[in-house]
Amino acid sequence: MSTSTTTLWAIAAQVCDPEIPVLSIEDLGILRDVQLAEDGGVRVVITPTYSGCPAMDAIREDLQTAFHAEGYGDVTVDLVLSPAWTTDWMSESGKLKLEEYGIAPPTGTGHRGPVTLGLAVKCPLCHSLNTKELSRFGSTSCKALYQCRECLEPFDYFKVLS
Amino acid sequence: MSATETTESYGDSTASATRITPGNALRPEDIQLQQGAPGEAVAQYALRLGDDALVLAQRLSNWISRGPEIEEDIALGNIALDQLGHARSFLSYAGLAWGKSEDDLAYWREEEDFRSLHLFEQPNGDFGVTIMRQLMISIYQHLLYTELLDSSDETISAICAKAVKEVDYHRDHAIMWTRRLGIGTEESARRMRHALEVLWPYVGELFEDEDLYDELGDAGVRPSSLRERWDTEFAAVLESADLEVPTGPFALCRGRHGEHSEHLGHLLAEMQVLARKHPGASW
Repeated sequence: MSTSTTTLWAIAAQVCDPEIPVLSIEDLGILRDVQLAEDGGVRVVITPTYSGCPAMDAIREDLQTAFHAEGYGDVTVDLVLSPAWTTDWMSESGKLKLEEYGIAPPTGTGHRGPVTLGLAVKCPLCHSLNTKELSRFGSTSCKALYQCRECLEPFDYFKVLS
Repeated sequence: MSATETTESYGDSTASATRITPGNALRPEDIQLQQGAPGEAVAQYALRLGDDALVLAQRLSNWISRGPEIEEDIALGNIALDQLGHARSFLSYAGLAWGKSEDDLAYWREEEDFRSLHLFEQPNGDFGVTIMRQLMISIYQHLLYTELLDSSDETISAICAKAVKEVDYHRDHAIMWTRRLGIGTEESARRMRHALEVLWPYVGELFEDEDLYDELGDAGVRPSSLRERWDTEFAAVLESADLEVPTGPFALCRGRHGEHSEHLGHLLAEMQVLARKHPGASW
């Protein structure tokens, strides 16, 4: 069995976000590091999107399962807070996958003050830019709730955290 | 749960984060990564910040299923979850100094052991009171966590780097609602004035220094140093909402010394009863 870092990384990158199963933890940018320890154990480093994100526990468990399935026994999953995650770490392919899944990917550089002057959020269904924010807080910590003014469909927007 | 039972779960679209597993509590070593266990002063400081966030999280989560509209229900639930996340980080870090887990600190301390400020434990009241409490606290936490990015303690700085981005959203939420209600109808404006009146006495305690800050040095931020900026920012929001900053006196509060209002005991009773009734139980 090859134990190169690339191989280990590929195993870890199979794990998906439990709430957004089209995105791997690599796409999301929360997979920070994978190393083989001298004693043969694997150490994976992940970072949370939001402080209270309950997906972290599921992801930790899924990582252990993924490595166990590949024959690695001793797996440590460490959570680091610093440097703090930002939506800039989301991969371009991840953003495409999000949109195809029906969630508008983060755009622009986030809100500045109480008046939002960000880029328009594109409706993932009809691609109109004529959309409005219904609530800055959505179904999970990382999403806001939007509605398209053209096709009238409500949709999730993965909000910017910069 | 054994590995064989969950072999199919990774990458499986039916897997859910809401699946509760044993041992969800942050392990002390998760927090320890940044640097070793804190000294006593830093641990006491982390305990204070953690208690504030925990008490607010518990208060806000009471709005779930009671929000004035579904979006607000979700928003307040999200804010509660963020605060709970901050509390978990702070309390896990504090607990390292004393060999205690976040759960030990949250569920097994008595009322007089909590170091939270009185404003955080004030009852939700109507939606106006909750929003006003959010406005006061989110402006405060945003200023405090921003300053703490430069803390000489790497873990405190790392927790705040994460938290400040989230509190930024909480502050926006509170500002927008304050304006909407302040300049909304006669009734909404009356309720916001009422909220200001009942909460204002607890604002003073936010900015009180303690001896602890002498020991903390550059690891902490003296609350008194935030006062001027808080006043300016708070007054600007109220002005934009056609509301006036109260001029009444502050109450004498000693939350940082473990002396609380009648409200904290009730809050803790509800929060702690399950853990105490079934020690060591997991979902």
